[in-house]
Amino acid sequence: MKKLTLLTLLLIPFITSAATNYEHIQSVKLDLNDKASLQRGAKLYMNYCAGCHSLQYMRYQQMAEGLNLVDSDGKVAKQAVEKNLIFTQASIHDYINRAMPKKTAADWFGVNPPDLTLSARVRGTDWLYSYLLSFYTDKARPWGVNNLVYPQTAMPNVLWSLQGDQLPVYHIKEVTLNEQGKPQKVRTIDHLQRVSNGTMNEHQFHHAIRDIVSFLAYTAEPVGLVRPHIGFWVLLYLIVLLALTYLLKRAYWQNVK
Amino acid sequence: MTQATNETSWFAKRITLNRIWREHFKEYYAPKNFNFWYFFGSLAMLTLAIQLLTGIWLTMHYTPSAKDAFASVEYIMREVNYGWLLRYMHSTGASAFFIVIYLHIFRALLYGSYKTPRELVWYLGVIMYLLLLAEAFCGYLLPWGQMSYWAAQVITSLFTAIPVVGAKLALWIRGDFNVADATLHRFFALHVIAIPLVLLLMVWLHILALHTVGSNNPDGIDIKKNVDENGKPRDGIAFHPYYTVKDMVGATVFLIIFASVVFFAPEMGGYFLEHANFQPANPLMTPDHIAPVWYMTPFYAILRAIPDKLGGVIAMFSAVFIFFLLPLLDRSPVRSMRYRGWLSRTALTLFAISFIGLGYLGAVAVTPLRTLAAQILTVIYFAFFLLMPVYTKLEKCKPLPERLT
Repeated sequence: MKKLTLLTLLLIPFITSAATNYEHIQSVKLDLNDKASLQRGAKLYMNYCAGCHSLQYMRYQQMAEGLNLVDSDGKVAKQAVEKNLIFTQASIHDYINRAMPKKTAADWFGVNPPDLTLSARVRGTDWLYSYLLSFYTDKARPWGVNNLVYPQTAMPNVLWSLQGDQLPVYHIKEVTLNEQGKPQKVRTIDHLQRVSNGTMNEHQFHHAIRDIVSFLAYTAEPVGLVRPHIGFWVLLYLIVLLALTYLLKRAYWQNVK
Repeated sequence: MTQATNETSWFAKRITLNRIWREHFKEYYAPKNFNFWYFFGSLAMLTLAIQLLTGIWLTMHYTPSAKDAFASVEYIMREVNYGWLLRYMHSTGASAFFIVIYLHIFRALLYGSYKTPRELVWYLGVIMYLLLLAEAFCGYLLPWGQMSYWAAQVITSLFTAIPVVGAKLALWIRGDFNVADATLHRFFALHVIAIPLVLLLMVWLHILALHTVGSNNPDGIDIKKNVDENGKPRDGIAFHPYYTVKDMVGATVFLIIFASVVFFAPEMGGYFLEHANFQPANPLMTPDHIAPVWYMTPFYAILRAIPDKLGGVIAMFSAVFIFFLLPLLDRSPVRSMRYRGWLSRTALTLFAISFIGLGYLGAVAVTPLRTLAAQILTVIYFAFFLLMPVYTKLEKCKPLPERLT
């Protein structure tokens, strides 16, 4: 028991080396009713993310239904989905798994790239949006990039070909740290600046990231698309019921007292 | 159908359902001045029914093993027809149950419903509250998310604070050295059968005891003292149809609020379903911030307010069990707050503030200032009970009316 506890404690620094820098979180407004945005997000996800990050609780079939990827007769466009969105041996009825084995993944990246089905519910959509926008060039890191929102991240900037390079703009402040009272210069990153373009300009890239985040918000809770619509009718029914129960109560109670 | 045929029907001769119906509904006379606070008894029954029904259907699809639990919950959310609705109703229902019960308990404090002759009703109520806490705690482990796991790990480790037998006791409760598959299995058994079964029995006894002595009311006076020629209280009205139709209105309002949460904000900003719990349990990674669900945070704040582990555990359990002593601590000649003096009113207000304040402090991360605040509120919390024999005796009460006002 004691050994296990000690082992756990020893492992903690390695496991939780990265922590969010909340200062640089930006907020994003999503519209999950915009099916075209979700479809573009799915396309980007399958092309750039799905190689490493599975969506293991989600089936291709369900995704196609939710994203309205249907033929003119209203049925799921099976062939189109298989041709354009499935890049593994999977059939449309399978879960969205990746081809890369877990062990190999951990060897390559230092950590096993996590499943992202529920990432929007764990981290929040603002976090995902800010994270994907915040990669910058840092030669000291294994993949040549670091992240402003999640420093020391193990992930390479897979969207680099779209985005191009970003460099940090520093903010230099003089602070007195040690007891001798000697002022020291502390350098913190103020913001990031784009220094070269990829295939997208800044505006297009922000939209692309919003599409991916919308898609992940959808995968985190597919029923989120229909839930409010059902809720509207349930509430309407209950409000009518309230009028009736209130009238019933009033009718019974009019003679009391 | 007339009363006569009812009484002589084939069933009536063989089972006393008619008598039960008469005793508990048609001829159970309740005071006619029940106000807003009196909706929460029937609403507690409604939430219990919601939890039992949705719980049964969730059990049909859930797998209680460490390997499959998390995935089976996502399977319910995505692939079971209306599984998401069952799950959101159940998770929202858990929080709703506590909101309803806290308001129900507050009603009892406000109108002295625990005083003679309703002590047994109160004791059974406190037992049910303890069962509900245990039920919620066991249920919270089942999704096997990060917060499920670590909350269970923290709470079960509290038992190790007990001298001599502590470590053995924690091991016995968990069935393993850490919270693990064995723990999940036994919590599942407790959550779906053992605790609900006892809870139902207690609900039955609670109502039986209540109907033996009769309901209290906002004036806290006895309506049975003033009866008409038929022996029916002049200030009482039949539970059915008067309160059944009134409770239907209350139930509909409740369902409107309930459905608003279920359909429009099932996570309730991370208070009903916590963000960290959408990540599968990982015994090797402790979350930055561990907090129980909101309805347990007042007790968690008391636990953290005491610098000593064993002392904290004792304080936490005392905070729950002290409710049992209430009928003995209250020396006031009147029941209702309407006729009590400013001392009792101030004490109850401070108690309510301390409970809500502790609830907030138990949900957020610790800072030295917050710990100090939690310590002050803990003192107030216990002072409400421990000083009660003094302040209820000291104060001057208003004269009671003869009839309900």
